[in-house]
Amino acid sequence: MIALAIENLTHDFGGLRAVDGVTLTIPVGERRVILGPNGAGKTTLFNLVTGLFSPFSGAIRLFDHDITALAPYQRARLGLGRTFQVTTLFPRLTVLESVRLAVQGADRARFSLFRPFASTRRLSQQAEALLAEWNLTDRRAVPTRELSYGEQRQVELLLALAGRPRVLLLDEPTAGLSAAEAATVVAMIKRFPPDVTVLLIEHDMDVAFTLADRISVLHQGRVLAEGTRDEVHADVRVKEIYLGSQV
Amino acid sequence: MIRALGTTVGALALGLLPLALRSYQLGLLTKMLILAIFAMSLNLILGYGGLPSMGHAAYFGIAGYTVALLARGGLTHFGLELGAGIIAAALTAALFGLLALRTQGAYLLMITLALAQVLWGIAFGWRSVTGGDDGLPGIPRPVTGLLWSVGDGVRFYYLVLVVFAVAMALLWLVVRSPFGRALVGIRESERRMEVLGYNTWAHKYVAFVIAGALAGVAGILFVYDNRFVSPAYLSVVLSATGLIMVILGGAGTLLGPALGAAAIVFLENIISAQTQRWPLVLGLIYVVVTLFAPAGLLGLRWRRRATRPS
Repeated sequence: MIALAIENLTHDFGGLRAVDGVTLTIPVGERRVILGPNGAGKTTLFNLVTGLFSPFSGAIRLFDHDITALAPYQRARLGLGRTFQVTTLFPRLTVLESVRLAVQGADRARFSLFRPFASTRRLSQQAEALLAEWNLTDRRAVPTRELSYGEQRQVELLLALAGRPRVLLLDEPTAGLSAAEAATVVAMIKRFPPDVTVLLIEHDMDVAFTLADRISVLHQGRVLAEGTRDEVHADVRVKEIYLGSQV
Repeated sequence: MIRALGTTVGALALGLLPLALRSYQLGLLTKMLILAIFAMSLNLILGYGGLPSMGHAAYFGIAGYTVALLARGGLTHFGLELGAGIIAAALTAALFGLLALRTQGAYLLMITLALAQVLWGIAFGWRSVTGGDDGLPGIPRPVTGLLWSVGDGVRFYYLVLVVFAVAMALLWLVVRSPFGRALVGIRESERRMEVLGYNTWAHKYVAFVIAGALAGVAGILFVYDNRFVSPAYLSVVLSATGLIMVILGGAGTLLGPALGAAAIVFLENIISAQTQRWPLVLGLIYVVVTLFAPAGLLGLRWRRRATRPS
């Protein structure tokens, strides 16, 4: 079964074509890494898929739904989660409060005005359980802005996961992390439920090749190459854009 | 535990104070409570939702004019007046929200200011209905029912106190509900909330309308208190004063804005007796607070607790 199908997606910024006829088909449970140099259109592609930008043309399907015209929150409710390249947390809320909001986003009590106690207790229990599962319980009462950068990236992943997504888009989860911190984050991603489909933007080749089932290489808004890690590794064009055409 | 004790002591004090105060002082306390409701309503959107408004007096004033016009038309039933005033305020907020909530930050501040100024202009210019600059004097206090007339100062104070307590309880429920927590999440990061599945616009809009309705309640009580309504009730000065009350007391806290309102009313009373320059002093207070206590009076207390060596 296909989890996410992107068909011929195109987006312009003024005169610049940032995403140029991208087509990607990702089966359920796959770990797909999107590789590409700066300006290849990777983050723009994620913003189109999650609905923060509207595409100029093309279509996006999430399982059985055409989500091309849906608002970001509607896509999220259909099971689309994401993290951001620039850490996007709730600076003054604690880790527990943040995770509880993420749990609540996928819960029917989302909009409840006058049901403080029963629903709050259920949401808190779910949030506590997630913190315990991902070894963050001892950081539960810390405001997220006071966490180390590595911990913030972990919380960012946890928030995305707490919404119980079926498809998860991770925008450079290890960017700016030390080797040890990156290893923690990679281990976290490896522990994600196997039925969650993961799309991952990654600059670090080692991380990319560790996590990926398949790799798509984006260059100047187009899919340049796609295949297993060995196929992509052997691709001459990929070497050219990463190492320069003189090699 | 300490909080419960504080609430009890506070409630007792507010309940018993009329026995100890002279009527002028009681009038001041009444005004504090009414403007506290106004500040608390603004705090719901500013402090919890992160939505600054420079036009919050619009709902205060529109409810005030609604009640004044009804009362002058001969309707003095409290429930009907209250209901009509709240509906007028909520509808105004619903309309303004549709227009204003497309923007945020400084732009939201400006568009709410502009919208409120439209109402102010109407109240100022439409002399045959609103009395223009002179306002509408001689508004009678309402008939509340069989047992209770609220004509005199003490009884009116208790009416205001009851409304204040209900407003406080209602806000407590709202900010602790899933809705209220989501509102805080939107203040902290709207984009994150969107991708977590929240219809952030709907949350902001509902908060905006609730805040408008509650500001209307304060406006109604203020008209009863003064037996008078004028364009000043819709003015940018009142909107700005509300903002300063919230920020002085502590935005995003339940009690802070009420304390801020009490402090401003108290200071205005003292300083206005000495000089004509009250707005200047108010501005200075604002500058000092934003420089030295950006989290407000309640924030000061917390910061001291946080920095105390353990």
